[in-house]
Amino acid sequence: MIDLIPLSYEILRLIWWLLIGILLIGFTLTDGFDLGIGTLLPFVARTDAERRVLINVVGPVWEGNQVWLILGGGAVFAAWPPLYAVSFSSFYLAMLVILVALILRPVAFKFRGKIDDLRWRNVWDWALFIGGSVPSLILGVAVGNVLLGIPFGLDDTLRPRYAGNFFGLLTPFALLCGLLSLSMIVAHGAAVIGLRTQGAPSDRARRYGRIAALTAAVLFAFGGLWIAYGIAGYSVTSVQNPSGPSNPLLKTVAQSTGAWLAGYSARPWTMIAPALGFAGCALAWFGMTVNGWRIALVGTSLAIFGIISTAGLSLFPFLLPSSLQPNASLTVWDASSSPLTLWTMLLVTGVLLPIVVAYTAWVYRVMRGTVTTETIGRNPNAY
Amino acid sequence: MIDFTVVDLSRLQFAATAMYHFLFVPLTIGLSFLMAIMESVYVMTGREVWRRMTLFWGICFGINFAMGVATGIVMEFQFGTNWAYYSHYVGDVFGAPLAIEGLMAFFLEATFIGLFFFGWDRLSKVSHLAVTWLVAIGANFSALWILIANGWMQNPVGSIFNPQTMRMEVVDFVAVLFSPVAQAKFVHTVSAGYVTGAMFIMSISAYYMLRGRHLDIARRSMAVAASFGLASALSVVVLGDESGYVTTEHQKMKLAAMEAMWHTEPAPAGFMAFAIPNVEKRENSFQIEIPYALGLIATRSLTQEVPGILPLVDHAKTRIRNGITAYESLQALRANPQDETARKTFNTTWPDLGYSLLLKRYRDDVAKATDADIEKAAFDTVPNVPVLFWSFRVMVGIGFYLIAFFALCFWLASRHTLGNNRMVLWIALLSLPLPWVAIELGWLVAEYGRQPWVIEGVLPTFYAASGLTLVDLAISLGVFLAIYTVLAIIELILMIRVIKKGPADRSVLEDMTGAPYASAAAPADANR
Repeated sequence: MIDLIPLSYEILRLIWWLLIGILLIGFTLTDGFDLGIGTLLPFVARTDAERRVLINVVGPVWEGNQVWLILGGGAVFAAWPPLYAVSFSSFYLAMLVILVALILRPVAFKFRGKIDDLRWRNVWDWALFIGGSVPSLILGVAVGNVLLGIPFGLDDTLRPRYAGNFFGLLTPFALLCGLLSLSMIVAHGAAVIGLRTQGAPSDRARRYGRIAALTAAVLFAFGGLWIAYGIAGYSVTSVQNPSGPSNPLLKTVAQSTGAWLAGYSARPWTMIAPALGFAGCALAWFGMTVNGWRIALVGTSLAIFGIISTAGLSLFPFLLPSSLQPNASLTVWDASSSPLTLWTMLLVTGVLLPIVVAYTAWVYRVMRGTVTTETIGRNPNAY
Repeated sequence: MIDFTVVDLSRLQFAATAMYHFLFVPLTIGLSFLMAIMESVYVMTGREVWRRMTLFWGICFGINFAMGVATGIVMEFQFGTNWAYYSHYVGDVFGAPLAIEGLMAFFLEATFIGLFFFGWDRLSKVSHLAVTWLVAIGANFSALWILIANGWMQNPVGSIFNPQTMRMEVVDFVAVLFSPVAQAKFVHTVSAGYVTGAMFIMSISAYYMLRGRHLDIARRSMAVAASFGLASALSVVVLGDESGYVTTEHQKMKLAAMEAMWHTEPAPAGFMAFAIPNVEKRENSFQIEIPYALGLIATRSLTQEVPGILPLVDHAKTRIRNGITAYESLQALRANPQDETARKTFNTTWPDLGYSLLLKRYRDDVAKATDADIEKAAFDTVPNVPVLFWSFRVMVGIGFYLIAFFALCFWLASRHTLGNNRMVLWIALLSLPLPWVAIELGWLVAEYGRQPWVIEGVLPTFYAASGLTLVDLAISLGVFLAIYTVLAIIELILMIRVIKKGPADRSVLEDMTGAPYASAAAPADANR
């Protein structure tokens, strides 16, 4: 069966590295605005009527959007099992916090509108705020920690062990990454609020959105400088066979300051990613300033694409560097599934993902247009 | 090396999440289909009452769907957080059906559920009906892929151990997909979901009937639920998944434990109607047997033997010894990949490698295991006999009761006397929890009965856990249990409110579509 696969193991791994990036970006583009709007909810919308408008902007689509995260988890499990095993168990308590936030969110959407009582609804509004802001922040903190390297090791049976603790994750650089993630997602949420609502919430979204876009750009730049001058990146120092077996213990790894930027001089075209990150923030700020919400949304989307790609490209070929036992770091070339699994999953994804994107687009089209108190009033199913 | 308290707490956390998750999932699997059927009637006949039914049961669906999603994320992520070595060891096989579930099924269900609620005034009747069916199909496909993954845990076909990567790798995906265990589980589980949906609608409708409220909706809902419920209840039992229990070694052990059958009986084996299993003495203190029944149920034949627990334990000893050889050759092979003798030995003995890992509980260096260690490890392959025995019996009892119940309802409904029979209505109302009880017990039999394995014959559960600390587990278990409890209470309060409030009246519908209410087709609601 393995002989029938037309692509080399190396190419399959590369494709799956890209696909995980696409899923992560897909998640941030779609569910990102749900998280952003959840974060902005208590500030941008003051009255119950305003809040209902905001909640009903995401109401018809958040369930589908969230599947990007679930699919992302499943895809990492299927395509990069060691990454799934090490990252999820190492970030145990951080994952717990994210999970709690993600439990609160669906429940808050469904429960909030069922009882017409302001105190009841206020509780769920804050649940939505937590459900939006906490995952946004922690996912960024997690990426920051990946860039720093995680204190995990692998024994000779490839059993992972973790030597850090939860508060060890909250380093200044990781927090900067968390704030970058949060501000990027808030800007994205603000752009969607502006596009889909009218009046006061839209005006307030402009104010918060502009600040968020600007903050994202500044933090992104600052993070870049930090990586260049303050953080020891990782590089593989032995010859690594890109089609070799998925055993992370067969290579050697060294740490040096600025190593994360080596890829950009080796492949200058990859500089387009950080460039897009900055351009996107600028475009978002401009769009919001001139009331061009479509432009703003294109801007925040570009920013998300650019910033996430920058993180992935800087790490390449690393997926998860280990600060405790650098030779055990997980890379694209030694932490994947078998060729047969990668190939089968590629076929399935190649067929199904375009279908998913097509019907998601159709649903967005059906639900397009401005959401107002009147449109909500007509639907007894509205949140 | 392995902290067994952490392992036990991780198991408890997983079991709590899985059982909690499965309070909501079967209901959404069943309700989605029933909603699709009701809306189909609406589109075909144009009778507005059918749409009000769809809407009302849809609200109940929505609340449970949210809870199912919320707990489903925890289910998926727990494999990585709490079972890291499991994720490494079998992710190559097990991850794929989970990912495909997201891609093929959950995306479908979750994307269209939004349109189901928000699309009434934006879609044509037929388009909206299509959306509802897509939700139902998504829910069922979702179950299919999850049960393929679970079926592989019970019957790990189509994969081999790779010494270079120290994990199981897939060689035949088709075998994984069409594993008889997976297919039997799928049919059994979704049928149980349909029964749950039908029972829910029966009970709530019976409540309205008893109260004399919403009679137009309640009567029709009961008719649909009675026929759908009868078909599903029959399907659960007839296509029950015990047919898969004879296919593999440990499934045989599970079956023997469910039957508290310590010794192999001459074919066809009898079905133990009642027994008091004594685990210490490895015998039953008392038993009542129905001759032939088990042989028929389990093997579908009168001549095939059903092996007992103690002979299976003896067989496990052989496999453990064989597994030690596999373990030693694996060590030799990893020290020197060119060692051809070791490779040959490993290639013939690797299927028993997992049995040698059972020894890790008693001895880190498996090669040094004593006869006493092997004896203990072999008896570890026996699941908890009394729990399995009684869980199985209660589940089967409820299964047969539900067939009788739905048959009665179906018969009364076809004679149009169901609504007047207050005793049957009361029975319907009080039977509400039964499908849930049966389903939870069914999972207990399937998963607790699989112990000590997480992947049968391949990976012991204790060996698969993450290297977490007791503090980690104490925090997470406390947080999850607190959240699950609070949310369960809120969910119950909300469901009761929604049910008490009942289906929306017609004026709301006029508002929603902006079109005048099509009253011609609907008979008057007796109570309004």
